[in-house]
Amino acid sequence: MKTYRVEGWTALGDPTRRAIFERLAEHPWAVGDLAGELPVSRPAVSQHLKVLKDAGLVVDRRAGNRRIYQLDPDGVGALRAYLDQFWSRALAAYKATVEQRIEEDS
Amino acid sequence: MTTQATGTSVLKSIVVEAPIERAFSVFTEDFGSFKPPEHNLLGVEIAETVFEPREGGHLFDRGVDGSECRWSRVLAYEPPDRVVISWDIGAQWQIETDLEKTSEVEVRFVSEAPERTRVELEHRNLDRHGAGWEGIRDAVGSEGGWPLYLGGFAERVS
Repeated sequence: MKTYRVEGWTALGDPTRRAIFERLAEHPWAVGDLAGELPVSRPAVSQHLKVLKDAGLVVDRRAGNRRIYQLDPDGVGALRAYLDQFWSRALAAYKATVEQRIEEDS
Repeated sequence: MTTQATGTSVLKSIVVEAPIERAFSVFTEDFGSFKPPEHNLLGVEIAETVFEPREGGHLFDRGVDGSECRWSRVLAYEPPDRVVISWDIGAQWQIETDLEKTSEVEVRFVSEAPERTRVELEHRNLDRHGAGWEGIRDAVGSEGGWPLYLGGFAERVS
């Protein structure tokens, strides 16, 4: 089977995956509990988690009959992905600030 | 906005409709107005963010109670072309005092037209923060072994 490795910042381009990632930054979650927190189906959450896992951002483990996901504590990938989002938001807000000022001045 | 990612850095580029001098001055003087609000290591609300406009200066947040948090050093200040700041925030979402474990952010301003500027941002050497992660992981154990750094962010988002 062919697999695609997705870069972390691409994986976090999707708002639902970003929401899942931010939940996982709080603490580890079981798939079913995550699905209960978000307005998406459990199969959709599983699919998003698979993308995050393939991107090296999260790891999973089995606990009884539940599967627990958490951010990958080993890699720098999760930090990089988060900072990528951080600077995206900062620069978008910066652009708005710069261009708004010009309107005010003119 | 364009994005590239390499192993240990984040690269961003954005074009703003403003002259290069304004693009530079807003980025430095108004940093506090556009940085994401969860970027706060103080225990209280931030009253202002100060960007000291000189090499050797600091970026610091001042809380409403007067407390201060210096989370960055100005490594290069070359208006209107370039500014480099350090990222002195450690893996436990605390000020990193070991400068070997800090990363840095370079911002370059390139004039594309009299009223248009491209801003290129590179946050590099992220692996330097990684040095502390192993110890944290061991301390926290596998059960809660997520990066506390991100947990700190997340608390402030929510």
